[in-house]
Amino acid sequence: MLTAEERAEIEAEFPRYPNRKAVCIDAMKIVQKHRGWLADDALRDIGELLEMSAADLDGVATFYNLLFRRPVGRHVIYLCDSVSCWIMGSDRQCKHLSERLKIEPGETTADGRFTLLPVVCLGACDRAPVMMIDDDTHFDLNPEKIDGILERYG
Amino acid sequence: MPYEKPLTGNMRPDGEALDRQAYERAGGYEGLRKVLKGMTPAAVAGEVKNSNLRGRGGAGFSTGLKWSFISERAPHPRYLVANGDEMEPGTFKDRLLVERDPHQLIEGMAIAGYATGTDVAYIFLRGEYKVGGQRVARAIAEAYEAGYLGRNILNSGYSLELYLHMSAGRYMCGEETGMLNALEGKRANPRAKPPFPPASGLFGKPTTINNVETLCNVPHIIRNGAAWYRGLSKSQDGGTKLYGASGKVNRPGLWELPMGTTIREILDEHAGGMREGHRFRGLLPGGASTDFLTEQHLDVAMDFNEVQKAGSRMGTGTMIILDDKTCPVGMLANLEHFFAQESCGWCTPCWSGLAWVERILGAMEEGRGQPGDLDKLAFQTRFWAPGHTFCALAPGAAEPLQSALKYFRTDFERHITEKRCPWK
Amino acid sequence: MKMATVYVDGRAYEMDPKQNLLHACLQLRMDLPYFCWHPAMGSVGACRQCAVKQFKDESDQHGRIVMACMTPVAEGARISIRDPEAVEFRQAIIEGLMLNHPHDCPVCDEGGECHLQDMTVMTGHDYRRYTFEKRTFRNQYLGPLVNHEMNRCIQCYRCVRFYREYAGGNDLNSFSLRNQVFFGRDRDGVLENEFAGNLVEVCPTGVFTDATLKRHYTRKWDLQMAPSVCVHCGLGCNITAAERYGMLRRLVNRYNGEVNGYFLCDRGRFGYEFVNSERRVRQPVLRGKPASAEPALEHLRELAGGSVIGIGSPRASLESNFALRSLVGAERFYAGVPGAQSRLLKQMVDVLRNGPARTPSLREIEHCDAVLILGEDVTNTAPRMALSLRQSVRQQPAEIAERMRVPLWMDHPVREIAQDQKGPLFIATPSPTRLDDAAARSHRAAPDDVARLGFAVSHLLDQGAPADLPDALRGPAEEIAQALKSAKRPLIVSGPSLGSAAIIQAAANVAWALPGAALAFTAPESNSIGLSLMEAPALDAALAAEADTAIILENDLYRRLPAAVVDEFLARFRHVAVLDCVESATTAKAELVLPAAAFAEADGSLVNSEGRAQRFFQALLPTAPIQESWRWLGEWETLDEILGAMASALPHLATAASAAPGASFRMDGAKVPRSPHRYSGRTAMLAQIDVHEPKPPEDRDSPLSFSMEGTPDQPPSALQPFFWTPGWNSIQAVNKFQEEIAGPLRQGDAGVRILEPGSQRPPFFDQIPPPFQARDGEWLLTPLYHIFGSEELSRLAPGIAQLSPQPYVALNPEEAGQFGGEVDLLGQRISLVRIADLPRGLAGVPVGIPPFAGLDLPMWSRISRPS
Ligand SMILES: Cc1cc2nc3c(=O)[nH]c(=O)nc-3n(C[C@H](O)[C@H](O)[C@H](O)COP(=O)(O)O)c2cc1C
Ligand code: SF4
Ligand code: FES
Repeated sequence: MLTAEERAEIEAEFPRYPNRKAVCIDAMKIVQKHRGWLADDALRDIGELLEMSAADLDGVATFYNLLFRRPVGRHVIYLCDSVSCWIMGSDRQCKHLSERLKIEPGETTADGRFTLLPVVCLGACDRAPVMMIDDDTHFDLNPEKIDGILERYG
Repeated sequence: MPYEKPLTGNMRPDGEALDRQAYERAGGYEGLRKVLKGMTPAAVAGEVKNSNLRGRGGAGFSTGLKWSFISERAPHPRYLVANGDEMEPGTFKDRLLVERDPHQLIEGMAIAGYATGTDVAYIFLRGEYKVGGQRVARAIAEAYEAGYLGRNILNSGYSLELYLHMSAGRYMCGEETGMLNALEGKRANPRAKPPFPPASGLFGKPTTINNVETLCNVPHIIRNGAAWYRGLSKSQDGGTKLYGASGKVNRPGLWELPMGTTIREILDEHAGGMREGHRFRGLLPGGASTDFLTEQHLDVAMDFNEVQKAGSRMGTGTMIILDDKTCPVGMLANLEHFFAQESCGWCTPCWSGLAWVERILGAMEEGRGQPGDLDKLAFQTRFWAPGHTFCALAPGAAEPLQSALKYFRTDFERHITEKRCPWK
Repeated sequence: MKMATVYVDGRAYEMDPKQNLLHACLQLRMDLPYFCWHPAMGSVGACRQCAVKQFKDESDQHGRIVMACMTPVAEGARISIRDPEAVEFRQAIIEGLMLNHPHDCPVCDEGGECHLQDMTVMTGHDYRRYTFEKRTFRNQYLGPLVNHEMNRCIQCYRCVRFYREYAGGNDLNSFSLRNQVFFGRDRDGVLENEFAGNLVEVCPTGVFTDATLKRHYTRKWDLQMAPSVCVHCGLGCNITAAERYGMLRRLVNRYNGEVNGYFLCDRGRFGYEFVNSERRVRQPVLRGKPASAEPALEHLRELAGGSVIGIGSPRASLESNFALRSLVGAERFYAGVPGAQSRLLKQMVDVLRNGPARTPSLREIEHCDAVLILGEDVTNTAPRMALSLRQSVRQQPAEIAERMRVPLWMDHPVREIAQDQKGPLFIATPSPTRLDDAAARSHRAAPDDVARLGFAVSHLLDQGAPADLPDALRGPAEEIAQALKSAKRPLIVSGPSLGSAAIIQAAANVAWALPGAALAFTAPESNSIGLSLMEAPALDAALAAEADTAIILENDLYRRLPAAVVDEFLARFRHVAVLDCVESATTAKAELVLPAAAFAEADGSLVNSEGRAQRFFQALLPTAPIQESWRWLGEWETLDEILGAMASALPHLATAASAAPGASFRMDGAKVPRSPHRYSGRTAMLAQIDVHEPKPPEDRDSPLSFSMEGTPDQPPSALQPFFWTPGWNSIQAVNKFQEEIAGPLRQGDAGVRILEPGSQRPPFFDQIPPPFQARDGEWLLTPLYHIFGSEELSRLAPGIAQLSPQPYVALNPEEAGQFGGEVDLLGQRISLVRIADLPRGLAGVPVGIPPFAGLDLPMWSRISRPS
């Protein structure tokens, strides 16, 4: 069941769109914000409110890359893997992160602290390589800098 | 001040956003007052058309002309969408505009909304632009409070609701009809055209779609007039342009310059030339989906027509520089990986061809290239020609590849004959 | 219609300017490959397979590639199919589609009738250049009827377009993106939509295949096929029944432009397995012991010579019913349906024959633009009609698109313009229906109140119709009347399923009050209307008849009347003889049981609810002594003979005899082959019995041959056993047989209508029932129909049986509150389900499921806590 808070946040979106189905992406983002990811029951809960089937929602959820249908760690590292960052050595940063965290891109650390996801160009190409952790963007990365940044996320 | 910088000149040096008062002090919302007081919608569209403002989303379509497609008799509600998806690799201009001067965008939208008789507008923003999103949301609230949005704006009788939609992330959301589907809560597959959005767009209703940078120009055009705007430019196309450079240059960055500034000036004077020990080999003038230009094109003026004449597209005007220490095949592998990954899966040439090309380039980088690969790659680029595919994603993917095969052919051949990447 | 001249590879052709180039080229029988386009679903431009070159004018040497399916036909257009660049492009598309395809044709059920195979050959793609790994998927369990093999998918999106957009399902979808789009459910499980089986034909390759066929698989080219008619409801969808080694292997849709078009319901497609069931009667049984044919027949003749009555059947052919009628004499022949139902059917037929409202075909229903359904849960009583009604709600929104000059074949733009707008569809039934989601308004009411709503609507439409319009009815009735009145092609749908004459009368009044309105009645069984037209007295009358012997034709009386009544009735006869294809409670009571041929083993005629007489033919010869009931019952040598006899005895049924050409019909001296010319193994398949290849059996009853020999030409539609043409092995071949794509077959659609409206409006019916009153402690047991389970024969198919409900009784949740999970009803313990919106005072029970089979529903009954 949706929590009262989730429900209220979703319902606040209703007036912004002419029908409920259009709210589904926002609704999934809201529930994901609260629960970390979208488990099957999350889709069913949202579906009840929006009068959509789990398949309807899952078709949408699996299309977009910021909607997670698998659990993620407490912090999600979005490492830009697009061309400008690549030219500036994002491969090496990715390798460093992988080795540090002992995970491959797409995986979550054993302690559930970090999930490492490659992401499309973060629109900060003048300060490449770039990554985002949760809501914060970090620029001009190098291995030492990355180590320092990771410390800040418990 | 060497050039006028209407878009960025007022931005705060500390990186924070201009709030409503600061924006107003710099002349903000004067344009909106002007149109609401004394201009007909057609006059607004006419002024913008005269300014030669061309769409900054990449295709360079005349903005005033686009607005005039919404006929007076078109049904309501009508929609306007600001395209702030900005997922084109190497592009980092709209982010600046939404983070640093969100009211400029809101005013541009209110004016565009008035010109098109729009009832509801959305700002469609890249999901990762969290800071931008927060600042836009705050600015929208301020604008509502001050009566620039909502019912009966400034007592003019015109009403506009404006909402922010944060994307859930896909390059296809930037394609205008894919974006409409995303706003309707659907998979962001593109839609068939015709009918075009002005006839049937968001929720099946008349819709105008403009890039964020395009809309940010509008308040200035209205305030200062079309002639002034044309005068800012060094070329046929009006105004200034946000140009950027990334890669191994001394000062990667973003600059507002007169439209038609040459590539050489941008590279040498603004980006500070190539980094020590790196030589220039080529560039993508406006994002991942544009053709390479090389040394011989450095004196080309960056505007829609001139870059096209040189065999590429100005696109978003944010250049990606390839240097001699970077493997062109690796760069293409990276680019085509991006396109393959972002293909929406609707039309065959795109979803199948990109997956194939991605694998060929990946294998080539790993020393497993095969004779004949270049023909296959070249064929795919022709296969993705505009009109062959359902939307412009795959044709965009063809551009860097077809030009790389032309300019860096020997680099590709060396990968195959040497069975390794010479840069590794 | 004004045609446009279009030049294709330099030659001028006339094309319909309302169409797209692909449609138009296919109509001209050109070969142009395609995948995502579907004749019933229009264009979406996804696969890019139908590319052609288009030239601006005569001097344009360059041209550009366009998708034929997305390009409107325009006067003077110049295109090329053969242009080398277009040819190369189409090859590249196939190559792209095949990158991940497993190339498993030898083990794929679709092999030999695969559109992907056909198109691959057509484009000339024959060399694989892709050297990388293929993507692979996990397959899902989708239920007992449809199999899933996702690796074969080519991402044409047809499945989801059919399932979601055309059929209204929401448990199948496309997931993920790029070259990894997965088409399936969000989790393993039975596909919920009643039309899921069409995926088997809609999917151009082997992703969705027939799970029942898989259990006794045969290649299409090895099948012996015959044109047939579905026997599982009254709509009479056209089917192809297919045999190998004496066994019915599968059914597929047989295109009929007026009836089922391209689609069947799952009951119709998969119910056929009853023919192979353990419950078949394969041997005569005399006094409980197997007997051979001669003594059995001898015994039947003896019985028929004495004092005898005959009981016919609404699921037996006209011929078999007529044969029994002839054997026992017209005055001793009874219709085999209870009086109540018989009267309803007669009323329906009278309304259709005497009144001005015409009964529409299913195709016409698709084009109706406002619909009122009175009392029918169409998805469960006449399933294929529900699919047509689902299209009808698109009519009014599509007009907006037309005004915007968006052609209707542009499927997605038309849907985007329409958004969630639906044309007016109103449904008045006691319990929720599967069409409610498409309805503008659904009205839940007890049967009498459904009728009252209808009467109220008719009064608002025509003051001359009787009135009883309390305030509570006025609102909904006005909304409905307004919508019907402003429609161009209004339709009223009703039927006998609630056992209410008032509902049928109300429906007639509405239709009659609206000049030009169409009126569609559902009919419970495959020949209910045909039997009704024979005008025999009902079963109730037989209960009072005096005779020594009763001969019962293809009828389980225990599904018609309460068991005690049937027991007593049967006990009154010294002899009871039953002819049937399956064992039943009735055959168990018979002194003599004769094995009757099932539809796929028989020739005969049925009259559907539209009043269309249609012929079905043998796909397989039944193993002796099984034969058609009409052969057991009479001395006719051939089908033509009995049809002739029937025409003279019952002149009003004479037209039915012309539903298909007679046995002497030949095309250039040749018969119509039941098997494709690539049929294999003929010389070997019976070699274990005799090394000499046997002569193919003769068919004295029809112009069809039991072999691959015969005409290569297109036969009259009623005789078309399968659709095949060189290069087109899949069901898509049907394009080549149509006068117009998605229109009539070249030879005219099969069947003849024998019910046409009168020209005068009879007086309005004026018996408006009083409002329904709930009772204390008693509930009105109201029939609830189930597509899977309510019909007698399809229930015997294992897949259908698995999907059939267990007995239950349904109450409104508030009324159910006083009970637990079970109740006592009719002396049995029954589980209780809750149906929101079910009117108080009603108790829904599943039709045809014991212990509810044979009840005269609706009826009042007590319900109590389990003792
Ligand atoms: C695959 C694809 C992605 C696109 N992404 C963007 C984008 O992120 N932002 C944008 O403004 N335009 C993008 N466009 C272009 C838009 O479709 C559209 O042309 C533009 O928003 C129109 O605005 P304008 O006329 O102001 O340039 C994209 C186009 C394609 C084909
Ligand atoms: S609608 Fe009726 S006749 Fe048609 S396939 Fe389904 S069950 Fe058979
Ligand atoms: S059939 Fe034309 S694009 Fe698929």
